[in-house]
Amino acid sequence: MIDLTYFKEQFEQLQLEDADEHIAAIRKQSFDTFNKAGLPTFHTEEWKYTGISSLFNQTYAQIGHTITAADVAALRMPGHHKANELVFVNGRFDFSLSNILSSDTEMKVLSLKDAVNGEYRDLVGKHLNKSTEYIKDGIHALNGAFITEGVFIHILKGKIPHHPIYVYHILDSRQHHTLAQPRSLIYVDENSKLQLTETYVTLGSSDSFCNEVLEIVVEQNAIVEYYKIQNDTANASQVSTTHIRQVGRSYVHTVAITLNGGIVRNNMNLILDATGNEAHLYGLYLLRGKTHADNHTLIDNRKPECFSNQLYKGIADDSSTAVFNGRIMVQPDAQKTNSFQSNKNILLSDNATINTKPQLEIFADDVKCSHGCTVGQLDEEALFYLRARGIPKEKAEVLLLQAYSADVLAHIKPMAIRAYVEKLIYEHLSIV
Amino acid sequence: MKDKQDSLEQAVLNDYKYGFVTDIDTDVIPKGLNEDVIRLISHKKNEPEWMLEWRLKAYAYWLTLEEPTWANIKYPVIDYQDIIYYAAPKPKKQLNSLDEVDPELLSTFEKLGISLVEQKRLTGVAVDVVMDSVSIATSFKEQLSEIGVIFCSISEAIQQHPELVKKYMGSVVPMTDNYFAALNSAVFTDGSFCFIPKGVRCPMELSTYFRINTENAGQFERTLIVAEDESYVSYLEGCTAPMRDENQLHAAVVELLAMEKAEIKYSTVQNWYPGDKEGKGGIYNFVTKRGICKGDYSKISWTQVETGSAITWKYPSVILKGDHTIGEFYSVAFTNNHQQADTGTKMIHLGKNTRSRIVAKGISAGFSQNSYRGLVRASKHATNARNYSQCDSLLLGDKCGAHTFPYIEVKNKTAIVEHEATTSKIGEDQLFYCRQRGIDPEEAVALIVNGFAKEVMNQLPMEFAIEAQKLLAISMEGSVG
Amino acid sequence: MYMLSIKNIHANVEGKEILKGINLEIKPGEVHAIMGPNGSGKSTLASVLAGREEYEVTEGEVSFLNKNLLELSPEDRAREGLFLAFQYPVEIPGVSTTNFIKAAVNEKRKYHGLEPLDSVSFLKIMKEKMALVEIDQSLLSRSINEGFSGGEKKRNEIFQMAMLEPKLAILDETDSGLDIDALRIVANGINKLHNPERAVLVITHYQRLLEYIQPDFVHVLYNGRIVKSGTKELALELEEKGYDFITDEVDLTAE
Repeated sequence: MIDLTYFKEQFEQLQLEDADEHIAAIRKQSFDTFNKAGLPTFHTEEWKYTGISSLFNQTYAQIGHTITAADVAALRMPGHHKANELVFVNGRFDFSLSNILSSDTEMKVLSLKDAVNGEYRDLVGKHLNKSTEYIKDGIHALNGAFITEGVFIHILKGKIPHHPIYVYHILDSRQHHTLAQPRSLIYVDENSKLQLTETYVTLGSSDSFCNEVLEIVVEQNAIVEYYKIQNDTANASQVSTTHIRQVGRSYVHTVAITLNGGIVRNNMNLILDATGNEAHLYGLYLLRGKTHADNHTLIDNRKPECFSNQLYKGIADDSSTAVFNGRIMVQPDAQKTNSFQSNKNILLSDNATINTKPQLEIFADDVKCSHGCTVGQLDEEALFYLRARGIPKEKAEVLLLQAYSADVLAHIKPMAIRAYVEKLIYEHLSIV
Repeated sequence: MKDKQDSLEQAVLNDYKYGFVTDIDTDVIPKGLNEDVIRLISHKKNEPEWMLEWRLKAYAYWLTLEEPTWANIKYPVIDYQDIIYYAAPKPKKQLNSLDEVDPELLSTFEKLGISLVEQKRLTGVAVDVVMDSVSIATSFKEQLSEIGVIFCSISEAIQQHPELVKKYMGSVVPMTDNYFAALNSAVFTDGSFCFIPKGVRCPMELSTYFRINTENAGQFERTLIVAEDESYVSYLEGCTAPMRDENQLHAAVVELLAMEKAEIKYSTVQNWYPGDKEGKGGIYNFVTKRGICKGDYSKISWTQVETGSAITWKYPSVILKGDHTIGEFYSVAFTNNHQQADTGTKMIHLGKNTRSRIVAKGISAGFSQNSYRGLVRASKHATNARNYSQCDSLLLGDKCGAHTFPYIEVKNKTAIVEHEATTSKIGEDQLFYCRQRGIDPEEAVALIVNGFAKEVMNQLPMEFAIEAQKLLAISMEGSVG
Repeated sequence: MYMLSIKNIHANVEGKEILKGINLEIKPGEVHAIMGPNGSGKSTLASVLAGREEYEVTEGEVSFLNKNLLELSPEDRAREGLFLAFQYPVEIPGVSTTNFIKAAVNEKRKYHGLEPLDSVSFLKIMKEKMALVEIDQSLLSRSINEGFSGGEKKRNEIFQMAMLEPKLAILDETDSGLDIDALRIVANGINKLHNPERAVLVITHYQRLLEYIQPDFVHVLYNGRIVKSGTKELALELEEKGYDFITDEVDLTAE
């Protein structure tokens, strides 16, 4: 029996401790939604192929952590010495563990609380928690109900920061089951550029659950490059929701890599809210063991002449499950939309499952939209060819899967990150 | 630009030609649904006790269900107590042959293009016609029975072939399958029954023509087709209804069984009254159609041309149970004005080396909403399952919608599933090219739409293909070559 | 007596003026060639004459067989006898070439008060014309232009022209993308169809089509205007010296 009542106590406690008016109001509204919606079930269309209730069989304590700078140093990604490193521990932004290199003439990094009480009051008020129309479920609302030590980033008008942003989500599960609910809002101002890479690390063997919500607002002529690397432990689950709202003619490029984890759900929502927006979404999931990865993408074309292209590829081996749900909406005003989507899957085991569901919902006539998806196998001919040249089967498979991954990996623009991901993939595939 | 829009609209305007009412003396029971009504229907049809029990069981189950809401359709709440569940043209006397059918009825079907007078028929098509709740007549029965083919109304089958009905009815679509299937199981009135014995290739097309006539009546027909080993049958279904301001409910169930090496080809031209241009009236068409390829090497092929109904909710499906079985689904769904269609298929691959193919073409015009919804499932033991799906949508005008919801579930590593979908409008270049050759914009649209739907139209038997083309409101000057 | 008379035509595309005052007169039986560098407005002129709606005529007059051409819809222009062989013939999936042409032929007949052709006579005419342009039967049962090679598309255009027997045929870059064999066949087809009642307007960048189709007049279009007219020798001169020798001159005078 799932007991969610302790969330009520935690929620009330938080409302007392953290009395910021604006955020408290969002929390209240979200908590009401959570109570009303409850947890998604298999009958919830958007959760048809992903069961999440098992993550709530245990209670998650709200207690401190013992993460040190030395712990963080051990998990850093290549290129870190040139990056702004933002560290969240158990979902709370930790200034002391973070390291901001960029000057505040390029980029401002504030706690959400400071942002809402200072010069960014209106901006945060305008954009925080404004994408809830796309996800109405209880999981998403649960994050909203516990917004506290979140972060606000402003990339200043006309600036291309010299240092990219690395975000580490560290979950300390060495003592207890951990629930982390990080929350961030990034405002990418006119003619500026955001380059962001996020990764997730659980320490310890107790279960962890990271329920993240990230909102990015993109202004006129701005560029967003966003990379997400999920290679956590089998006891680490996460629901990672990203809302990217393009409010000016702008360019967005995202790549999501999922290798290891327990239940991993990504919601990548692109709201194309200005004429001529352009978005490119890529995803790669290479699943083994019992990992369950579910990539939901949503492209809402709200204005004319937008372009989007999606390529999500993956494999499911062992007892893993891969889910892809790609939804393209074209609103009545969004004439001359071009929106394309491709999802390719390889099933390597009879105990693995692939569920894929592309969706087109089109309310404008002058559009070109298409989606295609395939489920198949590794090319037997190619495999045989390699073996005939003396390469053992396992190695040949790794080679072919690396090649299969290459057309997604090619879209990771920073070389340090791409090399890092390639290395992770090689290690991941080579484990027998 | 304005001109072009108008001509597009003009081109897709489709006046409903089948909207007349036949003035005939009808036996109608009062509106409403309860156990007594079901007993009355069963009594009127002089059914055996087991049939009544089956109906009552279905009714009891239906009461526990809630109407589904997942489809992409919107309609006011249906009042199931405001529907007449049984209406039958009163027979003047016991019929011994077709010559004794009420001339008014015969002329009704003549008007619809269905000749029941056998000697007048040019093509060898055996026809069963169902008006409201009962089967009026079935042609070519004797010739068919000589080779062992049973083709009669389901009511007659219940009387004459109870063992077959008992064995197969509900075996593909159980009464518990869904809300509308349960309702149909409780109140179904008539429909067709076909049985093709082992090794027989049915020499003519079998066809049932459904007609709703009575106001406020619902139509709940039930069709059952059994193809024994190594047999073949091609079955056609057509439907029309008068124009009325009120919505009328049609909730049918169709079950197909194909045994070893048998093949069933099932074609539908659905032209229930779609409602007027403002969206008033029209048929709510909630249909459960499913076939099972039970024996190895069997094949079931669904072809549908959907032009009618205010609302269509329909997913003709194939369960590929036997090894080496084949399932096909070819569909054209055309929606105009305020019509809503949510239609598609399910291909459930269970056996080894099973293959399925889906070709769905949606055309939306006016204010209509047209959705493809499909499921392809390769289960764990479906070694070498293959599916190819192609869903294309064409939009005519900027106030309609076209939507695609395919579900693909694969649990076998040797399965290959491919799905492709596109949405586009008629290219201005295509339109201009036609006009430069002297072809009217309206006719150009018709040509292009027909070309778009051709792959599906080609699957229809010849006579039906012609009717279907007319139904698409596309007048293409004769065909050469 | 002119068949086509173009007077001071100005035309815009998306607000940009492409044609800046074209004058051209064509009599029955004449073959005219319009040549010019890329972007000079050649295809725009063809599109304006055929009635493409994206092209806005802002000034000038066109009369065709004593009718105001600009007032006619694209289909009526076609029925009056104006044929455009497209530079890029569009593909129409599912519509067989045969059906398409039959619809076109019968629409034209209807316009001129004639009965539609029955299948037998239509097929008979089709066979004759097929031989004329050396086109294969199998091509005609395929969807129009779908999966056709460049040469097949152009041959199909000429075949349609043969079937529709236009008064004025406008060939828009019909030679582009054709190998020498295909070029010969296409040119041959055009020559066979040419007679004293019919006129041809060849739009081309290169002189090579004009080796096969002898023009009576050659016009050079540059920057939206006809800057030079002459006989077929002009085409040869252009081939030899390139467009620069004319355009430089024009640019100089403009300064």
